[in-house]
Amino acid sequence: MLKKPHYIAIGGTLLLLITLMNLPASVAERFKRGIGLSFLPLFGLRSAASSFLDRASFQLIPRSALIDELIRAQRENANLQLAHLQNKEILAENSRLRSALALPPRSPLKKQLAQVIGRDSSTWWRTLRVDLGSRDGIKPNQVVVTADGLVGRISQVGLTHSDVALIGDAECGVAIIIQKTRDQGIIKPGQVGDDASGQLDVSFLQNSPEVMAGDLAMTSGLGGIFPAGVPVGAILHTRATEGGLFTTARLRLAVHLNRLEEVWVLSQ
Amino acid sequence: MIASRLSLFLLFLVTWLAIFAQSQFTGFRDTFAIPFSIVPALLAYTALTHGLGITTCLALLSGLWIDSLSISPIGVSSASLFLIAFGLQFRRHLILREQTYAQFWIGFAAGFLAHFLILVLLSVGPIEPVISWFSLWKISLLGFLNALVCPLAFVLFDTLSKTFDYHPIASLNFRADRETVRGRHSRNH
Repeated sequence: MLKKPHYIAIGGTLLLLITLMNLPASVAERFKRGIGLSFLPLFGLRSAASSFLDRASFQLIPRSALIDELIRAQRENANLQLAHLQNKEILAENSRLRSALALPPRSPLKKQLAQVIGRDSSTWWRTLRVDLGSRDGIKPNQVVVTADGLVGRISQVGLTHSDVALIGDAECGVAIIIQKTRDQGIIKPGQVGDDASGQLDVSFLQNSPEVMAGDLAMTSGLGGIFPAGVPVGAILHTRATEGGLFTTARLRLAVHLNRLEEVWVLSQ
Repeated sequence: MIASRLSLFLLFLVTWLAIFAQSQFTGFRDTFAIPFSIVPALLAYTALTHGLGITTCLALLSGLWIDSLSISPIGVSSASLFLIAFGLQFRRHLILREQTYAQFWIGFAAGFLAHFLILVLLSVGPIEPVISWFSLWKISLLGFLNALVCPLAFVLFDTLSKTFDYHPIASLNFRADRETVRGRHSRNH
């Protein structure tokens, strides 16, 4: 039998929750940020512990391993400088051709390095949290990448942190293009994939027999959020959909989304 | 009174740390495809050992903490956790809460139902979460995780309570002035 304290608890809680759930989006977001501030000491502690452990592990690396690493980095640097020179030539040629065709010049993308500081505490979203926020100039819908390829887009921005909706999350669909055949498809938002092996389905690909396993998929630039040409993944296999109008392809993502530590946030 | 406040502080502290760990233990998430979500088990412990006020406060606060580290709408986790905690608190006189197997199954039910309710509430929201048959497996795994944690929560907090709480020594009923002395040489003789 319910007693007076039970009615008070139920009534008070219901009132509070209904108020919270009906707050305007901006107020609710600020309220969430306010509560999230209680975890700031732990985030700071985690960051300090992480950098301390990193420094401690650096002390343990033998000198010979460091010298090997230095030689390898110097060689890689030389190769990259050579590639950079070639790319500069191609870029100059590209801008000459664009101006000849009266196309507007492409503005270079700026990038900010962000550290991954956490994953979504809920089970049902594919998001992560990075340590850049509105005070660093981050805005919603900025593209997040690594050197390997596309990660997702900024979905929510706090003062000191931002949430990134990963590819395949309910808030992150991506229009892709197969690099070789130029067939276009969509990674639908909120689709079920295989998180552990980093695989997702590409829908609405044209029934092109030329799309084969191993073909590279890149962002097509359609939709206006993701710039064209960012690697997304490689095709594993294709299958015709019911009715045979389109093909669905299984894609292995270029980036292992569960093992991200640092990401780049792009801006125009 | 101060000691019991210390126990309460420890309970809230452990819950706060558990929620932070939930967003940080990527290794656990990579291995089992679920976050290290043990708050329902802690809440089940609270509902079975503390009063309605404390249980309600912890359910609401832990829900808000969870939602602040997630993109879920605010209040979704609080609503689910409160329903579970209230149900357990209301019927706790029928539960054999000192038995380990009861704690195990209560932990399982709390973990399973809390995450199921969160999923249902999210599904009616503006953005639908990623749901498949695999979600049922995830919820079952979360239930199993909480089933394992719930008896451990009883052991941990009972130990903390024994260590830090003040337990007065039970007074004896013996009074020297009321002693009945028998025998030939007794004073009363």
